[in-house]
Amino acid sequence: MSAQDLQAVVSQVRRDIVRMVHAVNSGHPGGSLGCTEFLVALYFEQMNHNAKSFSMDGVGEDLFFLSNGHISPVIYSVLARAGYFPVEELATFRKINTRLQGHPTTHDNLPGIRIASGSLGQGMSVAIGAAEAKKLNKDNSIVYTLHGDGELQEGQIWEAAMYASAKKVDNLICTVDVNEKQIDGSTDEVLAMGSLHAKFEAFGWHVLSIEKGNDLNAILATLAEAKAATGQGKPICILMHTEMGNGVDFMMGTHKWHGVAPNDEQLASALAQNAETLGDY
Amino acid sequence: MKKYTNTGNKDTRSGFGAGLQELGNENENVVALCADLTGSLKMNAFADEHPERFFQVGIAEANMMGIAAGMTIGGKIPFTGTFANFSTGRVYDQIRQSIAYSGKNVKICASHAGLTLGEDGATHQILEDIGLMKMLPHMVVINPCDYNQTKAATKAISAHEGPVYLRFGRPSVANFTPVDGEGFTIGKADVLTEGSDVTIVATGHLVWEAIQAAEALEAQGISAEVINMHTIKPLDAAAILSSVGKTGCVVTAEEHNRHGGLGESVAQVLTTNHPAPQEFVAVNDSFGESGTPAQLMEKYGLNASAIEAASKKVMGRK
Repeated sequence: MSAQDLQAVVSQVRRDIVRMVHAVNSGHPGGSLGCTEFLVALYFEQMNHNAKSFSMDGVGEDLFFLSNGHISPVIYSVLARAGYFPVEELATFRKINTRLQGHPTTHDNLPGIRIASGSLGQGMSVAIGAAEAKKLNKDNSIVYTLHGDGELQEGQIWEAAMYASAKKVDNLICTVDVNEKQIDGSTDEVLAMGSLHAKFEAFGWHVLSIEKGNDLNAILATLAEAKAATGQGKPICILMHTEMGNGVDFMMGTHKWHGVAPNDEQLASALAQNAETLGDY
Repeated sequence: MKKYTNTGNKDTRSGFGAGLQELGNENENVVALCADLTGSLKMNAFADEHPERFFQVGIAEANMMGIAAGMTIGGKIPFTGTFANFSTGRVYDQIRQSIAYSGKNVKICASHAGLTLGEDGATHQILEDIGLMKMLPHMVVINPCDYNQTKAATKAISAHEGPVYLRFGRPSVANFTPVDGEGFTIGKADVLTEGSDVTIVATGHLVWEAIQAAEALEAQGISAEVINMHTIKPLDAAAILSSVGKTGCVVTAEEHNRHGGLGESVAQVLTTNHPAPQEFVAVNDSFGESGTPAQLMEKYGLNASAIEAASKKVMGRK
């Protein structure tokens, strides 16, 4: 898909995110918007996956696990736009009897979701398990994850990081959304983590960085580099520096839109900034 | 009353190890994970024979549960092995979200349950694990009574689709069920002796203590019906109601806190269907301590004489 076409998907996904969150006056728009370009690049360009006939085992397919499950609006929109389920279903987000729960779950058999997430810090372990299963199955596909940077404060992440390098889980590409923000403030204020680059390197990972984590070309180039580095004995970490709330001016530069929905006026402003390219749901 | 013969004391964890070894040879999708307790869990044979399917994760139980959940994606049947304490309380949220809520086909195999791991003391003697696990929707909870049954249960759970908690222990206990595990079915209680005066519903190695108690009661003219409730969830309510309908009272026996264990599950069945007097042979809301298994069972009232006394007491309440 051309960069222009990918950018059109990004614009539509941003509209979906703010409309979904506005409709139920709840959800997490900030992190969702910050990772929109990444997930569009992953699902519309990078990964080999089968949206039309979802199988839980995903044999022969690349897999993605969202570890920071609170950014569910963006994964739901991307999955729907990629063809996993009808885009009309986005209107049910967080409503009673929906498959689009507040945080993603397999419980209601939503195509595209392979694990529940929301309680933070668990996705890397799950991805390692899926990656180990692929090795046992002689399946050369790649397992991808996304984590929040605040999520790295969970201890289980570092248990998993230690395991992945010690056991040479080299079919795994974990991306960290480094937006330097979490609910109570900046990551430095809440619990400074020092150099994530040095930490992952010290844990034995091959570490890449994307300085412009909302630039599709930069993301695509680094994902290609990461894929080329698989199979060489090391798990791969991408530190992706993003702008929380990207694409909606009043949501950028602050942690305050982590888990707050826009009002009617703010929604209108957000939509005015992002063109309807693929048709609203 | 039907007689049972102890063919020689054996530890139930070795039954797990033997079952896992056979599974390794029978089903290539079976994988095993261990958090630095391979010898204690008797997983060596599997690890030696199938090194490519054995995953040593180190002292990192949370990561182990997550990896196990992930391995099911791709068709593997993961068996995790560590002590009961580290299989449940330490990793409750990982089990809850990544395994139970996600509906993953993980077999959580837990050794050293209860007081009878002995000298290590209360930090390792979990008495709350049955409660923790049975509260999770759709989790199957099994506490087999001896070596043979633990081996049979280990093999049976591989054929059950969905998360399972399998609980066993360290000490050598009487081994009296059929060698080939004949008659073991998940969720189906075994009525070991038929009786008319009191029902004794026991789980784990207290089933043998219940048989001893029934023999002592028989000598005193009291007819006890002993039920081996190896599966605590789903509970065989029909077996309980059928028996208590006949005897009119029940004693439950388990190596667990009286809060959250088998006794509570039995009480729930009775209060909603057929209210009857019940006595609980269980740990009375306390932590354990160091000691030999026999000393601890005596001190905490978990042996045949405690079951015998509870049976007489409950009959007096009819």
